Amino acid sequence: MHEDTRFGLDKKTQLLGPVLLDSGAQFAPVEFAYETYGALNADKSNAILICHALTGDQYVASTHPVTGKAGWWARMVGPGKPIDPARHCIISINVMGSCMGSSGPASIDPTTGAPYAMAFPVITIADMVRAQALLLNHLGIDILEAVVGGSMGGMLALSWAALYPERVRSAVIIASTARHSAQNIAFHEVGRQAIMADPRWNNGAYYGHEAPSAGLAVARMAAHITYLSEAGLTEKFGRRLQNRDAKSFGFDADFQVESYLRHQGLSFVDRFDANSYLYITRAMDYFDLAEPHDGALAKAFAGTKTRFCLISFDSDWLYPTAESRRIVHALNAAGAAASFVELSSPFGHDAFLLEAPEMNRIVDGFLRAGESQ
Amino acid sequence: MTALRSDLAIIAREVRPHARILDVGCGDGLLMAALRDTKDADARGMELDARDVATAVARGLSVVQGDADTDLADYPDGSFDYAILSQTLQTTKRPDLVLDHLVRIGRQAFVSFPNFAQWRMRLAHMFGGRMPVTEQLPHSWYDTPNIHHVTIDDFRSFLNERNILIEGQWFLSGDKPRNERFANLLAEHAVFLLRRD
Repeated sequence: MHEDTRFGLDKKTQLLGPVLLDSGAQFAPVEFAYETYGALNADKSNAILICHALTGDQYVASTHPVTGKAGWWARMVGPGKPIDPARHCIISINVMGSCMGSSGPASIDPTTGAPYAMAFPVITIADMVRAQALLLNHLGIDILEAVVGGSMGGMLALSWAALYPERVRSAVIIASTARHSAQNIAFHEVGRQAIMADPRWNNGAYYGHEAPSAGLAVARMAAHITYLSEAGLTEKFGRRLQNRDAKSFGFDADFQVESYLRHQGLSFVDRFDANSYLYITRAMDYFDLAEPHDGALAKAFAGTKTRFCLISFDSDWLYPTAESRRIVHALNAAGAAASFVELSSPFGHDAFLLEAPEMNRIVDGFLRAGESQ
Repeated sequence: MTALRSDLAIIAREVRPHARILDVGCGDGLLMAALRDTKDADARGMELDARDVATAVARGLSVVQGDADTDLADYPDGSFDYAILSQTLQTTKRPDLVLDHLVRIGRQAFVSFPNFAQWRMRLAHMFGGRMPVTEQLPHSWYDTPNIHHVTIDDFRSFLNERNILIEGQWFLSGDKPRNERFANLLAEHAVFLLRRD
């Protein structure tokens, strides 16, 4: 497969589509930015699709072109890791709606020659999955050994298993949920309002001008709090002051936690598009896997032969363990082969991105068991 | 492979090949792995302890972290050929409800438990005047996970009240099988195969 230009790092391709969207609209043509690591074996049975989170991207195990940082899940994906290019053909695709090269609001609309901006259709998690399926068809991959994702990536993995059960042998869903709760939607709405309240947002038509960075930074700050835990914040920052001995009696970043959040917000705007943030948070808010089945989540998995592995973290209050349990109950009711464990971590939702040997041990064992079947 | 505990060895021997199995309180999955490897069973497990679940999943088993007292209600009727509860009954808050679920979920159910009426227990209680601490039940009264001790005769009378049928029974002293005579006095462990009437 070495000569096959469809595989490798930093790939881009445009497919005719169309993607049939949940809104009823169609979207075409569809651009994809993706990476693959490792070779597809002769019977094409070793493909693993990695699904990224809200602000993630295709650079799961290679250096990010904007930030220069290591891949966002190099702890899970790479040589000697549970998902290993020596054994697997790993595919990582920037989701539709995002801003790292796949079709999104910042992409050029071929009918106008200008960025879509708000003319980009409102999409869902299922739409992202349908688009990914198009790319896999293009790559000649019918069956996935596994779909693996954390947070929103877990929603995509669940949707893959629900929409294409015959194409997914195993699904790994980490720190995720089968629906967005009122609290989840509420936090996202704060972020969207922060963006839309920034005068530079200009109803989304800011391309070629100053981006609504202030609004996007505030959105990121609010969201970032939900990725951490109170105990984690207390341990890391407490009430400690930032580079000063006393309170300033002003509104500077007196506290370390304020300085940290401001930094998180400011560094985020360099690598992410505000409109993409609106579209992807909307897709997540619309996500409720049970909705097409009259609220019966088990029906989403009726008759499935896919093996499932779910992992939650005890300090994750964004997608708490109860949400994973709800999925497990549905899988049990559907008779699916499901594994689930709640791991202990002080780091909240972000624990899945951090060093977690127990998580790696579980994913490794789960994938190997699927390979020996 | 590690040798199975003697009550588990009985269950592993008696299970029909290719059966669908739910092991409630499966620990790190030793019995499930044995059933998968020797009986080609489609085995699923439930276990409270996260470390045990992680070990079982890393073994390639389908195990969910859950509590027999609260999480059995989600399984549909008759969804398994066997539901198995080994050395777990006495640790549940409501053994009666757990047993009801067991014979509902499994077309048959294996239940094994330490017999609290075995003579050593009786002696410890009668002459020591203390809660028995034995090789089989090594915990002190204050830290024991075994909160609902049961005897073989108690168990039989419960089954009778609930119209649960006994389809097989095995008794053990140490690792040795023993017959049914005076089992309530002499057996350290009992294994029952049950079915809802």
